[in-house]
Amino acid sequence: MLDTATAPRSSEGEDAVDPLGLDAGRRRATAWTLGLLAALVATVVAGVGVGAVPVPAGTVARVVGHHLLGWPGEPTWSAPVDAIVWQVRLPRVLLGALVGAGLAVCGVALQAMVRNVLADPYLLGVNSGASSGAAAAILFGVGAGFAEHALQVMAFLGALAASLLVFLVARSAGRVTSVRLLLAGVAVGYALYALTSFLIFASGSAEGARSVMFWLLGSLALAQWDTPLAVVAVVVLGTVALLTLWGRRLDTLAIGDETAHTLGVRPERFRLQALVVVALCVGVVVAASGSIGFVGLVVPHLARRAVGGRHVRVVVVAALMGAVLLVWADVLARTLFAPQELPIGIITSLVGAPFLLVLIRRLHATTA
Amino acid sequence: MIEAEQLSWSYGRAPVLDAVSLAAPHGRVLGLVGPNGSGKTTLLRLLHGALTSPTGTVTVDGDELRALAPREAARRLAVVVQEAGGESALTVAEMVLLGRGPHLSTFRRTRPEDHAIAARALATVGATHLAGRSFAGLSGGERQRVLIARALTQQATHLLLDEPTNHLDIRYQHEVLGLVAELAHDLHTTTVVVLHDLNLAARYCDDVVLLGGGGVVASGAVEDVLAPEVLEPVYGIGVERVEAGGRLHLLFHPRPREDLRA
Repeated sequence: MLDTATAPRSSEGEDAVDPLGLDAGRRRATAWTLGLLAALVATVVAGVGVGAVPVPAGTVARVVGHHLLGWPGEPTWSAPVDAIVWQVRLPRVLLGALVGAGLAVCGVALQAMVRNVLADPYLLGVNSGASSGAAAAILFGVGAGFAEHALQVMAFLGALAASLLVFLVARSAGRVTSVRLLLAGVAVGYALYALTSFLIFASGSAEGARSVMFWLLGSLALAQWDTPLAVVAVVVLGTVALLTLWGRRLDTLAIGDETAHTLGVRPERFRLQALVVVALCVGVVVAASGSIGFVGLVVPHLARRAVGGRHVRVVVVAALMGAVLLVWADVLARTLFAPQELPIGIITSLVGAPFLLVLIRRLHATTA
Repeated sequence: MIEAEQLSWSYGRAPVLDAVSLAAPHGRVLGLVGPNGSGKTTLLRLLHGALTSPTGTVTVDGDELRALAPREAARRLAVVVQEAGGESALTVAEMVLLGRGPHLSTFRRTRPEDHAIAARALATVGATHLAGRSFAGLSGGERQRVLIARALTQQATHLLLDEPTNHLDIRYQHEVLGLVAELAHDLHTTTVVVLHDLNLAARYCDDVVLLGGGGVVASGAVEDVLAPEVLEPVYGIGVERVEAGGRLHLLFHPRPREDLRA
């Protein structure tokens, strides 16, 4: 309608192939994506190779090729090496990559939804709920019916219950506002933290308290080729795909509810949909790995710094960055004090906290 | 054409608007004016559906707004709101391209023709040189022009603006409203603009709705509504109308009305 009259008086830019100068940004995003994909492959190979028994990259590639493609057909490596690579380290590295990707993209989505750069995936009270569930399973054997997966199932149920509670508190007349969501998350988080502490206290078991504590700080040690790994893979990859498709909607919501509305997005309804997806994804991730801090807070910032504000790009790049970072954090966690294994949450917090401090300083500088 | 009938709104128990009706025809600029708190912005929000009145109806070209799918509504109504978006990490070009969103399905990326439309809109508001800049780094006036470009990029037949001249230098106030009036007259865009500067309304609007005391105090052609005897009781200030250069100007005298009449 308007385009006839809005034609520029001069012919400048009208017939240009790239009138808005978008090519530079596109090239940058492509370069980051390809570079990170290469880094992820290298990280997985290196992550599998590093450990008490080092395995050369070539051997790692051959073992994986043998199991996945049947090529090379005849093993030229020993059975223990095969077991270390295929049974022990590869599932662990894959779980690490998936957890990192999941936490990172959920952080991206939540920061857009509540328009707060300090929001992280645990905002929904998911981790404290998972902790209570895990504590109940570890200390009191709740959920023993789920056999060897009792811990994960109970943690997931706890996470789900917590995010449901946060929704219910934050929701009023069909709307969830950013501020109410932030406050509800904090309140529910504290309540469940108290519950977890009480469970530890009530059990009176020092050993149990130690396992809960270790779980709270996060670990990928439970990884193996089993159903939980498959569930995490499906949920995380599905979440990344969905959030990428929702890129434009996240862009508008990140500007403001009224802007989203004027551009054809129902802000309240979309926020609810996205919250459900994020709560599910974080719940599954936390149930599989414990609560690993700072990845979901820090990676979105790194991703935006790399490729700008469009969420279709930020989500993809954040997923890859989160995957790479978490695998390396896990490598450090299991090698720094070998044979003792450090909880991975300690590593991510040690690296993430200084970054957060820099971020806070910067925020202050721009608003003051 | 936007027609609103019997719209009401209250924040908590305090009624802001009560049974307000108006019509904004094609090809004319309708100004919403009134003192602070008279409900100008609230009325605009009711007109584009960010708020839904518990009573009455809003129709757009004969279709009830409530019944339109959100993206369909956004293809018909483009809105420039006051929300800043000052923390956005988008570039100006990306911000303007969001205006194509209502025309694209979820799976669709923006195409070269979308980029051409956005580029023309930026040229129209004189902001082509800003395309590669970060939106958050712009001045208030530059942002306002970029947001108008985004609204133009929506290619809607109706344009609603909430105080579009806020933060603008005098020159840009006139440029922006001149552009808005030109679009309305040349393309028959239905235009509704909230203004608090009565002289800008006098110069660029065709019709004016004057709000006050929870309802419409007066509505009609600019010459009829922007008259001292209509404005003085609403604003509580002395108003004098002069004509210069074939145009209507308002002068304000902060004295009690009795003195002025005496």
